[in-house]
Amino acid sequence: MYISHLWERQCLCCCVNSVSLSIPLPHSLSVSGIIAKELSSLEQEIQELRASGTTLSSEPEFEMADIMYFCRRGVESIVDDEVTKRFSAQELESWNLLTRSNFNARHISLRLSVLWGLGLFIRYSFLLPLRVTLAASGIGLLVVLTTIVGFIPSGWTYLSEKIHLMSYRICVRSLTAIITYHNSENKPKNGGICVANHTTPIDVIILANDGCYSMVGQIHGGLIGVVQRAMVKSSPHIWFERSEVKDRHLVAERLSNHVADKTKHPILIFPEGTCINNTSVMMFKKGSFEIGCTVYPVAIKYDPRFGDAFWNSSKFGMVNYLLRMMSSWAIVCSVWYLPPMSREEGEDAVQFANRVKAAIATQGGLVDLLWDGGLKRGKVKNTFKEEQQKLYSKSSINATGWPLK
Amino acid sequence: MGSTNSTLSKIPNVEELMQETGFTPAHIVRLYDRFEALDKEKTGHLRPQDFGAINRLAMNPIGDRIIGAFFSPGQETVDFHSFVRILAHFRPADKKHPKDPSMPEPVNSRTSKLKFAFQLYDQDKDGKISRAELLQVLRSMLEMQVTEEQLESIADRTIQEADLDKDDAISFEEFRKSLEKVNIDHKMSIRFLR
Repeated sequence: MYISHLWERQCLCCCVNSVSLSIPLPHSLSVSGIIAKELSSLEQEIQELRASGTTLSSEPEFEMADIMYFCRRGVESIVDDEVTKRFSAQELESWNLLTRSNFNARHISLRLSVLWGLGLFIRYSFLLPLRVTLAASGIGLLVVLTTIVGFIPSGWTYLSEKIHLMSYRICVRSLTAIITYHNSENKPKNGGICVANHTTPIDVIILANDGCYSMVGQIHGGLIGVVQRAMVKSSPHIWFERSEVKDRHLVAERLSNHVADKTKHPILIFPEGTCINNTSVMMFKKGSFEIGCTVYPVAIKYDPRFGDAFWNSSKFGMVNYLLRMMSSWAIVCSVWYLPPMSREEGEDAVQFANRVKAAIATQGGLVDLLWDGGLKRGKVKNTFKEEQQKLYSKSSINATGWPLK
Repeated sequence: MGSTNSTLSKIPNVEELMQETGFTPAHIVRLYDRFEALDKEKTGHLRPQDFGAINRLAMNPIGDRIIGAFFSPGQETVDFHSFVRILAHFRPADKKHPKDPSMPEPVNSRTSKLKFAFQLYDQDKDGKISRAELLQVLRSMLEMQVTEEQLESIADRTIQEADLDKDDAISFEEFRKSLEKVNIDHKMSIRFLR
């Protein structure tokens, strides 16, 4: 079974390599929205309106047509907006023979349908069962072996590390994830925090495949809970009870204690707090940046041509998602380890967080947005509206003798 | 495989809709996906709250008015057909078709776009923009940035310039006249891709 999997991996590797020598800079994989947005700013538009306006005076003033700028922008955002589209899967320029990626309903010719049918057959009858078996064995081994190691009194850190790495490697194989690690010299070290952009729960497996981390998270019930409890027996992960999650001081304290102990592995945290579709990086929550230790940023970029890894939690549950992952062609991604960063003098946690976010966005070729990923579920603040009003008043009303606030 | 057809078949009277609005099947599919994305509770209708969830729109000084434009007076929900009809106003004008006076005004003509903008001002739909209505719009766009006197002053001046029959309100014809030099097609059009 392992041998057949090796063969499969070889085939897919060849495919990946022939398609691209390395993961291309994601700028070429442009997200095409529904509409072409005008890039002119508020000031430019208002100037244009003034030029064709009816006022005879040379001073800029209000024009009835000014409302059109806001109207158009408003309707544009109704049709397509920056934030909402980050929570649905990225669109591809050319089809990759997966029905789920066929967004704009292109006409599919007979020849293409035959290819698609063949692809479907291969994926579901050959790849999927193979992968499910591998995944099951990977997780099973993880649980069993970590429990056994937990019984050994001295802990045997070396053995525990090996077990973790082995199980993750099996899990990675089960997804046929083809990962390229860049700049391994910057790999996170003990006593630090590793931050990365979040696209899917699989991010964890992808990073843990290459090094040992301590995970942070809420303890769940069910199968995941079993796995979590087993893992913590052989190496120190930080699992919180549901009630403890709200207590920020408790969280910060446990993280600081963990970080202070140099024998413990670096903590893995995803500061966005939610899954984003891998075309942008959203606001980083400042909690992990307040602790004051070295931060190791990591950028993860998936190549969506072989299978979209984004987990749209409102559309699919976990099991459905894993099935889709396992029936795609492959998960191809690049991981860049960035040089470690620390908080500088006179920089507060938010500024530090933004600096790290910018570094990750630049490396991964992602758009750096200041919006909060939590906006998936919540509303925007009034301060933004005031900004718009301020901008408009500056560019339009500037009559003499009127002091502007 | 043929998911255009499967999505299109979900929409009733889609042929008529395409005829009326001029959108292509691909556009309709995308708009339908967008409609469904906004309709989080899957009721098949959108309410003002669903629009309010769009951040950029909440940030827009006249966001509420734009949302209001989608709802006919007395209606609390908007279905997919009405949604598309309103958005059709923003299609770029069709340059190819010659003006046929016997046919009804296409929904994306210059006049229709002007009417849409007019309605944003004329909230009580009496066919005139009164001084009070103009003040309301100015207040939304400027809020804290200027004083009440300045707002009144601007409103007075605007009415003075545009009001030709001196009834202290701006009718649609006067509105149209004061904007005759503005490239409406450019300002009030959204380029739909593919």
